[in-house]
Amino acid sequence: MLKIIPERLRQGHRTGKFPKEEPVLPERFRGAPLIDPNRCQSGCTECLSACPYGAVELKGGKPQLDLGRCLFCADCPVCPHGAIHFSSDYRLASRTREGLLASAEGHQLASALDGQMKRLFGRSLKLRQVCAGGCNACEADLNVLGTLVYDLGRFGIQFVASPRHADGILITGPVTKNMRSALLETYAAIPAPKLVIASGACAIGGGPLCDSPEVNNGIGDLLPVDLYIPGCPPHPYTALDGLLRLLGQL
Amino acid sequence: MKKSTLLKNGAMLPLDDLDILDYSVFTTELLQAKRENARISAYFARPAEEDRLEIFALMSRDWQEDFLLLRTSVGRHFKSLTPDCPQLHLFEREIAEQYGVKIEGHPWFKPVRFHQPWRAGEDAWGRDPAQHPVPGDMEFYRVDGEEVHEVAVGPVHAGIIEPGHFRFQCHGEEVMSLEISLGFQHRGLEPLFVGGPHPATLHQVEVLAGDTTIGHSSNYALILEALSASPAPPRGKAIRALALELERLANHVGDVGALSGDVGYLPTASFCGRIRGDYLNLTAEICGSRFGRGLVLPGGVGFDLDDSLRNQLLKRLAVMERETRGAIELFYESPSVLARLDGIGLVSADIAEAFGMVGVAARASGLPRDSRMHHPIGAYPREYDQLVIEERGDVYDRANIRRREIYNSISLVRHLLRNLPTGEALMPQRPLAPDSLAVAITEGWRGEVVHVGLTDSAGRFNRYKVVDPSFRNWNGLAIALRGEQISDFPLCNKSFNLSYCGFDL
Repeated sequence: MLKIIPERLRQGHRTGKFPKEEPVLPERFRGAPLIDPNRCQSGCTECLSACPYGAVELKGGKPQLDLGRCLFCADCPVCPHGAIHFSSDYRLASRTREGLLASAEGHQLASALDGQMKRLFGRSLKLRQVCAGGCNACEADLNVLGTLVYDLGRFGIQFVASPRHADGILITGPVTKNMRSALLETYAAIPAPKLVIASGACAIGGGPLCDSPEVNNGIGDLLPVDLYIPGCPPHPYTALDGLLRLLGQL
Repeated sequence: MKKSTLLKNGAMLPLDDLDILDYSVFTTELLQAKRENARISAYFARPAEEDRLEIFALMSRDWQEDFLLLRTSVGRHFKSLTPDCPQLHLFEREIAEQYGVKIEGHPWFKPVRFHQPWRAGEDAWGRDPAQHPVPGDMEFYRVDGEEVHEVAVGPVHAGIIEPGHFRFQCHGEEVMSLEISLGFQHRGLEPLFVGGPHPATLHQVEVLAGDTTIGHSSNYALILEALSASPAPPRGKAIRALALELERLANHVGDVGALSGDVGYLPTASFCGRIRGDYLNLTAEICGSRFGRGLVLPGGVGFDLDDSLRNQLLKRLAVMERETRGAIELFYESPSVLARLDGIGLVSADIAEAFGMVGVAARASGLPRDSRMHHPIGAYPREYDQLVIEERGDVYDRANIRRREIYNSISLVRHLLRNLPTGEALMPQRPLAPDSLAVAITEGWRGEVVHVGLTDSAGRFNRYKVVDPSFRNWNGLAIALRGEQISDFPLCNKSFNLSYCGFDL
């Protein structure tokens, strides 16, 4: 006991200042893309074939990056002319699948829940997490939200043990065939009204497991999704930012 | 005529150099090698001509620092080796599930991952091959009697963890038997590698087990480097080793924190929860990803360190070492904590040996198994002698292995940072050799991670085998629970901290 106190003093107070202060992320962190269509060479379609996940499309000749498909690969060679770069902006989450399509103007950040939903969940949100084939990286970085650095509890958000106690479900993984029914049953066990959150490239569109015969390529049409959190895996601040935007706390 | 072949970690050999033995000769050789203390590191099949299967056995001869490789050919039925070599029991079930073969005399013949057979024909259990099997649909071991009851848990658990199903047969509070049914995470990864390397293959390797990204991607890089005879430069190897040790640190520190939480000792739980993140952040400083995504590439590493980053990492490490030691020693100096861990979840050396356990769990039961020492490769010094072992194999020992390895890894990281070789960090790769086989083993934080790559006549993978340490260790957890109370399960489970997706693939 006597040793706990000096150790406690030495380890200090570590709760982050987010959202009052911006977090400091590593220089090499890859976040929201910066797209510069002026660098596009006319007739060039190299970006379409360069991404193994089909994250890039040309819309009216201008490149568009789907954050839901993007793994933020370190060696992203997608544009040889430098029209697509990655910034260190961790804010990626969006309310709609289309909102994840990033163009030169950026992408559509998550908006707050409206009306009754915000009244119900804005100050207290209990989530049940279901790992449906996640590799444990998404899960590990969600667990981190409970540590004292992020301290999810101070925002009124908590992960709970039972779907019966939950206001929503947060799904990771590409939804394997073997987890499909367990996922749907867990969702069914949550009392309505309820939220669905897709966290990580796998849950959004299959991620690196895309098109494996053993997976569903993410949640797809299985459940109505209220919040998409991109990344492989999403940085804890990406997830926290998305959740706070959803609740209208940012 | 040679019967079998010896090879070193990271070696390649043309398949023509490997004789196809008669199954009876194969069996004799394998059991003989086992008597001489070789153990199974990988055992897998690939389809051959006319409905036949070729089986490969990779046996580690730890103290000779090499591997024995055996190859045979079988038809749709063959005799099980499990009764004579229990290490094989899951490997044989896996082969039966993948290729629809019946393995006669297997004492525990059940599906492993619940997927359809990979080749046309019958299912090994007579299920409809056109229908996807239902996970967990099998006969569970049952105990009947007065005051005997069954507790079934999962696949969805109470925390943020991966799914699996556990059946306890209990008499009152005492657990008589635990059976673990996995497969819920099965993503069908091995078949995706066939015909590769594809552009997505490296990313798929990185998610074999997300917390072992560096372990798996290092092996994949070694396989490609071996098959293309274009090794990584010393600087690249050193940065890989650095990342591997940071991965070990993050996970071990996290595990000590999680055990502390399960015991109800909150200071260490909260300190370690944060410090784990600090180690992940060090990896992110190197490559931008907390899990080391994109760091290890065939031919070296994708990110180099300059002097200022190196000094910054060394400075942060010095602070983190003090905080880590402070947090951890608190835990190991608390009598109430030690009393809760002591003597719980015993796995004897004999059991660990019989099931072929590896890594932290094997070393806690007194088995000297660490591929950094037995099969050194990359930046690990020839005379790596930091092997940590304990003797009793209880929760305390598994926790203590982590504490001692944390301190070793910190000094190893410091040594690697101070002595980075100069030169390039990444070398260009050549095409892969056709009709060849390569083997790579890395000591991931849980234990030995094994990859074997086989190429076809065009130099593309026609079989790629992955063995995560979890595949060998889940049985250890089931055994650890015998005779314990069901309330000891969380502690035992955390002390192993096995991967579901690494097992399910």
